[in-house]
Amino acid sequence: MDKIITCINCPVGCRMTVQLSDEGVFLSAAGNTCPRGAKYAEQECTKPLRMITAVIPVSGSSRPLSVKTSAPVPKDRIREIMRVLAEVSVDTPVAAGDIIVRNILNSGADIVATRNL
Amino acid sequence: MTDCYTDILIIGAGPAGLAAAIAAKEQGIDSIVVLERESEPGGILRQCIHNGFGLHRFKEELTGPEYAQRDILRADELGIPLECGTTVLSVSADRTVTCVSSEKGFRKIKAGAVILAMGCRERPRGALCTPGTRCAGIYSAGTAQRFVNLEGFMPGKRVVILGSGDIGLIMARRMSLQSAEVLACVEIMPYSSGLNRNIVQCLEDYGIPLYLSHTVTDIRGRERLTGVTIAKVDEKRNPVPGTEIDFECDTLLLSCGLIPENELSLTAGVELSAATSGPVVSNTLETSVPGIFACGNVLHVHDLVDHVSEESARAGRAAAEYVQHGHSGGRFVPVADGPGVRGTVPQKVLPNSGEDLHLMFRPTDVFRSACAVVECGGREIIRKKAMIFTPGEMAEVTVRKELLDNLSDAGIIVRIEGEKQNG
Repeated sequence: MDKIITCINCPVGCRMTVQLSDEGVFLSAAGNTCPRGAKYAEQECTKPLRMITAVIPVSGSSRPLSVKTSAPVPKDRIREIMRVLAEVSVDTPVAAGDIIVRNILNSGADIVATRNL
Repeated sequence: MTDCYTDILIIGAGPAGLAAAIAAKEQGIDSIVVLERESEPGGILRQCIHNGFGLHRFKEELTGPEYAQRDILRADELGIPLECGTTVLSVSADRTVTCVSSEKGFRKIKAGAVILAMGCRERPRGALCTPGTRCAGIYSAGTAQRFVNLEGFMPGKRVVILGSGDIGLIMARRMSLQSAEVLACVEIMPYSSGLNRNIVQCLEDYGIPLYLSHTVTDIRGRERLTGVTIAKVDEKRNPVPGTEIDFECDTLLLSCGLIPENELSLTAGVELSAATSGPVVSNTLETSVPGIFACGNVLHVHDLVDHVSEESARAGRAAAEYVQHGHSGGRFVPVADGPGVRGTVPQKVLPNSGEDLHLMFRPTDVFRSACAVVECGGREIIRKKAMIFTPGEMAEVTVRKELLDNLSDAGIIVRIEGEKQNG
């Protein structure tokens, strides 16, 4: 099974053709011009990860709190995590670096405040 | 009437103003004031809650507020006063700054040196020649970003984005994550000026189609926007009849370029460059008015805040040098854009200044396997190879100070040598 992806490591943006086995195991990448491309292709085709940043409402404040995941999380869990964040309630004061949700949905990542409020 | 004096006055407490203030203070200037229009320092970074900032400078990926916080803390440690809620009304050529705030009222402050760090503005709808009605629901992408990330409300539910600059792409993802539906991102050029990372992670991840070589040809709605029509454009960017696609939407975001905000610079008589829309500066980032310096997005629009901080620190040091030792003066050598290059900063150089020269410019087109070449008086002094040059990424070439001795009056020319890629 072939998959075409664009490398994001640099502005060249190599278009890579990635070969995957029927079970979805990474076999090879072609079209990359440097080794970082192959590494990215393997990661992206087997376990794509993303940082999530978002804003959540804060009781007692008209302004929302900006937050991030403490580490990248699997891409296919973004929606689920956002649904949890929509229900989270936070009180002021909050400081940048405070953990808002520990180990969200057992992803291994915390939700951390990125500003003081 | 002058109310007070300060050695260095900085306009804007965004990343540029903060970096300039910190550098000037570290250079031994005690009397520094930073004036900021908003209620908090940090500038546009406050609303850029996504991550990816600081990779060059801190070797880690920070969110915008986190990046700003590092400079704000440093400025605090150094005891630099950041006067927020203060709007500058004008700057005169003798460096008297007129400003107003609710706390201190109307003031005139005389400064030994002024650093312009006001940042940039988004190109508004009026500058885009868009057709259709003047209904509500049309925002610049940065305005929408402010609403969502700082003020906590969503500007709409069904969104089309015109322009594929990075802010537009980032907002496509933000609106999707905060449960709006983003129907399309429409770009008039045959390529996006946004980073590949943003195309992949902000559009492809959310299944948002990118229409290249398309533009908005109709905007409908009496009070609130009800829909837009897009169409393909030909090589001359004229719409091609028969290629129209209609979208029902309540929101149109415009991400069509940034323009340095130089209204205040003009009050001081600072000369602006047609290529960058920012001040014409020398290698010390001094404008055409002695003692007035410029840095960050007010000088020319950057892609990375890391570069803004680096450039602004140089402006801060140069302003400190000016206050401590006065004008160095001398004969400037011009720097000109050659083929393939637009908006080189600085526009003039003082030879034998004893510092390396950082030339920054934008490629006019996409060039693959090309070289940036710096020439002086017909003699090539630098040749820098790159896999790719694109208009979306500012290019930089550093000329070591040894190469700047005995520069010819003919000046420096920067050009790109290589094959243009079409489409």
